[in-house]
Amino acid sequence: MATAADIARQARSRDIRGRWFLASPALVIIALASIGPLAIVMVYSFLAPGSYGDVIWKYSPDAWESVFLKRDIFDNSLSLADAHLSIFWRSLRLSFLTTLIALLFGFPTAYFIATRSPRTREIWLFLVTIPFWTNLLIRTFAIQELIRNEGIVNKLLIRIGMIDAPIQMMFTDFAILLGMAYVYFPLMVLPLYASMEKIDFRLVEAGYDLYATRWKVLRHVIMPMTRPGIIAGSILVFIPTLGAYVTPRVLGGGRNLMLGNLIELQFGQGRNWPLGAALSMTLLAIVLLALMVYVRFAARTGGHHHGQ
Amino acid sequence: MTHHSQDQFAIEVCNVGMVFGSGAHAFKALDDVDVAIRENEFFTLLGPSGCGKTTLLRLIAGFSYPTEGEIRLHGRDIAALPPHKRPVNTVFQNYALFPHMTVSENIAFGLVMLGRPRAEIRDSVDRMLKLVQLEALKDRRTGQLSGGQQQRVALARALAPQPKVLLLDEPLSALDFKLRKEMQIELKRLQHETGITFIFVTHDQEEALTMADRIAVMSSGHILQIGSPRDIYDRPAERFVADFIGETNFMTADVLSCADGTAQVALPGGARFAARVPDGVRPSGQVSIVVRPEHAELVDPGAGAHLTGRLAHVVYFGTDTHYHVLLDTGQRFILRRQNSRNAGAEPPEGAVVGIRIDNGAAQMLKD
Repeated sequence: MATAADIARQARSRDIRGRWFLASPALVIIALASIGPLAIVMVYSFLAPGSYGDVIWKYSPDAWESVFLKRDIFDNSLSLADAHLSIFWRSLRLSFLTTLIALLFGFPTAYFIATRSPRTREIWLFLVTIPFWTNLLIRTFAIQELIRNEGIVNKLLIRIGMIDAPIQMMFTDFAILLGMAYVYFPLMVLPLYASMEKIDFRLVEAGYDLYATRWKVLRHVIMPMTRPGIIAGSILVFIPTLGAYVTPRVLGGGRNLMLGNLIELQFGQGRNWPLGAALSMTLLAIVLLALMVYVRFAARTGGHHHGQ
Repeated sequence: MTHHSQDQFAIEVCNVGMVFGSGAHAFKALDDVDVAIRENEFFTLLGPSGCGKTTLLRLIAGFSYPTEGEIRLHGRDIAALPPHKRPVNTVFQNYALFPHMTVSENIAFGLVMLGRPRAEIRDSVDRMLKLVQLEALKDRRTGQLSGGQQQRVALARALAPQPKVLLLDEPLSALDFKLRKEMQIELKRLQHETGITFIFVTHDQEEALTMADRIAVMSSGHILQIGSPRDIYDRPAERFVADFIGETNFMTADVLSCADGTAQVALPGGARFAARVPDGVRPSGQVSIVVRPEHAELVDPGAGAHLTGRLAHVVYFGTDTHYHVLLDTGQRFILRRQNSRNAGAEPPEGAVVGIRIDNGAAQMLKD
């Protein structure tokens, strides 16, 4: 005869099985879309390159070695792969600057939108997201049209006599920064807006009432309360820019490579899939590391998270 | 009355008008408002929602600027100064505490913004924590506090910079009944101890009567009457004031004669009675008079009764009992009697009763 405890135990195990069953679609998707591909990339990075792309199924650490080190073709000695390292550094620097620029312009934009009346807010948000509906490549070429030597900006500046010769903007870091900041701007504005929208603007009044000037209200009331948005926006901009491919390719030309371009090169002309895979994993590691540093930093300076 | 003498008033509001919007959508929130608030006074702005009391408070705080008129602080026109340049602090209705700061940091905020020395800030914060009895919670985040505790933090935060005037925007409306009663006494104590002028906005007439030194009753952008709680309650000059504050019996009466601020009137039913006349009114013909329910008593019909009628309902309230009398003229009259152990026998519902109005209890209205 089943006791009450037995029945309860059976009900509990049925409950747990039911939960796994209900969670299975999500688990399958995570396994297929996230862990699976990563595992493939990881395995490929330890194989040898085939001569026409693809891989030879034979263990080889060469790809990982050449991520960081290069072998001299004459005496076989190893030295730091400074070409790779400088591209890593470039990518980090440009991504960081892009994030900073997006934040610098995104913050006032989000604040402007959050302080409009609810109806107008929707219109402004709509306007901010419109560029997202257009193909990334087309938006990037549009920027090229603006800043190339015979482009609109240079023509205009020459026309009004501010310059005599066109300013070289294409194929510079400036062009890459401009393009990436523009492309990822909405990803900064939206989370900033989301956290600003939640701010009770009576708190801003309370700040003014307690002798804070506009700047001090911004610094001591609005910014601390927007911190979750700043963190989310920065992450959303930093990560995709670190691996950006189209923008540096079109606006930076062949000379100003970023990590994304370097990886693409290995899978394309380079015909070195294992190296591409190893570089991809390195990119992933850099992102994780940067995130950890950033979150730690944000939590320390802020320390104002609402522990619920 | 535009010219108030300069030094005895903390705040003077002179002919202030406030219009929101423009054109066809313009809304006049304040119309020619004129009031002078004394130093160290507990002054209450009382009125229903939408009467303009909060608008007036925001003008004094500096969150918006009047479309006409002047606002003076100790004789100096401050109508154009931004809020952070006014020695005036506000306790907000929802408290508006900074959620990313602790109790101490909230209280210190104003002093930090003023750039006071660190030691002075620490001392002030300690003093304030003691004043509002929150020493034990000083390192808590404000989200972890109860409504009453948040209220105290808001008070301490606004008092810490020692403002000339403290503005309180319905600060007790979010608290439950018991806590509200406690905080009413607490606020009176704080005002007494700090000697700061309090301007208190409320729609709760009882709150206004129990706490204020003086009350200004507001309705649709106007101040209708300013006076002590007793003045406002016993001698309402306007129908709105009489109706808004407490329960009142309205009657029409005919003026027979008038002298020295008192008029002899004939009540419905014919009895003669003396009614006080509001300042600046020369009554004649038919007028409205009001009598508070507790200023009349049930008597046997005939025996010196001013009014007679039938007792329609008796409603028991614990501390007192209400008697609803249907007068012979068809109007209703409500009486209130304090319940006591040795009260006399109560007439049954439906009995014919007389009503005697206390001497001096009838007040004539302006309309």
